[in-house]
Amino acid sequence: MGRYVIRRLLQMIPVFIGTTFLIFVMVYAVGDPVNAMFGERAPDPATAEQLRAEFNLDKPVWQQYVLYMGKIFSGDFGNAFNGRPVTELMATAFPITIRLTLLAVVFEIIVGIVLGVITGLRRGRPVDSGVLMMTLVVISVPTFVTGTLAQYLLGVKWGWIAPAVSPAAPAGELLLPALVLALVSLAYVTRLTRTSIAENARADYVRTAVAKGLSRGRVTVRHLLRNSLIPVVTFLGTDVGNLMAGALVTERIFNIQGVGFQLWQGIVRQNSPTVVGFVTILVIVFLLANLLVDLLYAVLDPRIRYA
Amino acid sequence: MTLLEVRDLHVDFKTRDGLVKAVNGVNYSVEAGETLAVLGESGSGKSVTAQAIMGILDMPPGRIPQGEILFHGNDMLAMSKEERRKIRGAKIAMIFQDALSSLNPVLTVGYQLAEMFRVHQGLRRKEAKAKAVELMERVKIPAAKARVNDYPHQFSGGMRQRIMIAMALALEPDLIIADEPTTALDVTVQAQVMELLADLQREYNMGLILITHDLGVVADVADKIAVMYAGRIVETAPVKELYRTPAHPYTKGLLDSIPRLDRKGQELYAIKGLPPNMATVPGGCAFHPRCPAARDVCRTELPPLAEVGDGRGSACHFWKETIDDRAA
Repeated sequence: MGRYVIRRLLQMIPVFIGTTFLIFVMVYAVGDPVNAMFGERAPDPATAEQLRAEFNLDKPVWQQYVLYMGKIFSGDFGNAFNGRPVTELMATAFPITIRLTLLAVVFEIIVGIVLGVITGLRRGRPVDSGVLMMTLVVISVPTFVTGTLAQYLLGVKWGWIAPAVSPAAPAGELLLPALVLALVSLAYVTRLTRTSIAENARADYVRTAVAKGLSRGRVTVRHLLRNSLIPVVTFLGTDVGNLMAGALVTERIFNIQGVGFQLWQGIVRQNSPTVVGFVTILVIVFLLANLLVDLLYAVLDPRIRYA
Repeated sequence: MTLLEVRDLHVDFKTRDGLVKAVNGVNYSVEAGETLAVLGESGSGKSVTAQAIMGILDMPPGRIPQGEILFHGNDMLAMSKEERRKIRGAKIAMIFQDALSSLNPVLTVGYQLAEMFRVHQGLRRKEAKAKAVELMERVKIPAAKARVNDYPHQFSGGMRQRIMIAMALALEPDLIIADEPTTALDVTVQAQVMELLADLQREYNMGLILITHDLGVVADVADKIAVMYAGRIVETAPVKELYRTPAHPYTKGLLDSIPRLDRKGQELYAIKGLPPNMATVPGGCAFHPRCPAARDVCRTELPPLAEVGDGRGSACHFWKETIDDRAA
């Protein structure tokens, strides 16, 4: 197990270098960061030259990348457009987005799995068809539509909640945005759980569990669910990364000042350190989430043992 | 009082091809300490009958339109779901064919054994686990204490089947239904497992319904035999008499298709044709298209299970000729 984790961590290094390098090239190849710093006015050529030298922009791209990564690993992510260090932005943005993402994952787990189990056990009945239809609608409508609609109805028209989230973004205010963020994945979790439950419900060990005289609830939770969750966990693990990146849209709608918001600001203002810095952290989160999924496999299914 | 009596049991399944009558009026009974072997090809309804007794049929699509299943004289089909659940596992237990797929892959065998005591007797986790170890020792699993926390896939096929047996024995039921308990095992292991099952049955004086298509297994352990074909019992007899003088051509065919050393080199007999599709069972006697002795009456009239001797029955129009033929 320990060796497996170490091997997996080592395998992450090339993936990490590859993805960050691509992002770095894309960001630095498009537009001129020095020009962007001056906004509308063109910079004085001498100053621009000096700044280019200061930020290593006069060197070849690969050298810039190496120097940049070196800085990142010493904790220096550079400065954002407002002159404050990017790390400072991260310190306020990541906790908010993590809170939002975790709430969304909780919605997915609780609502998605419960709906999946109910429909999986009642295939072909009205409940099943109804929920399936709803998931189809949810999957086909983009998040910015559901988000804006929910914001308009609940926030503006009926006034049940504040239409925009305050800068501190307490968990209570994040409930609706989290639900909006989770909605599409939640539909997928429901469908995935439903299929898995329906398939495993016919398994021999479920018949054995019934023959043992266990109650319906115990058969479902202890015997059926545990086996059916394996594909769902895979999805949830990879989805954590997707949710954090997908928060970009949701955070814009509800004015949440999290990762998506800052990333958006960074892109609009062509502030490369912000964009590359945030994306680098997102890449690491994504990789770690995937590792966690693989380790969870072994917990859920003892037949999988990593050597 | 008879331990278990199945009376005129019918089981249907609703399928896309229409209503499939899997079991058509089966009668049999088992006393305490007695072993009934139910013999038949796949699709003959032997397993469905067992599942109906157990109460683990999938309903729907399954349906029991007619019949009674008397356990200690009480009709289980008239009981509430909760009453039946309390009987399942505790009073009537079942051993399945493939222990690997029949045990839950993600739970330890100790947990799965202990679950019987926790659910039916309300024991705590620790006491139940201790009982699980005891059970594993009783079915002769070496180093039971060390292996109680292992998972099913870590055991060999024979050991896994022992665990299935242990699970069935856990609450010392009155009746055990073993559905092809040795089919998935090596021949040497088969013998060990059957011996263990027979010993434990004797020790607890349980009734045993042994469902199998293996005539060799039957001869060793069964007291009486019911042969099923196309959802009906076609012959029933004490084991010795059935082997000596089968009273139904189907039984005869089965016995003749056992390889024998004294006929080595000769062609092995096989019943011609295939078992019928249960959606389109032939009229008259269901066996007539495959029967070497079939005559016109067999195609039109369904033979009843007639008494043909002491405790013997045969559903053949020509049972007398069949017996005489063998005796001659």
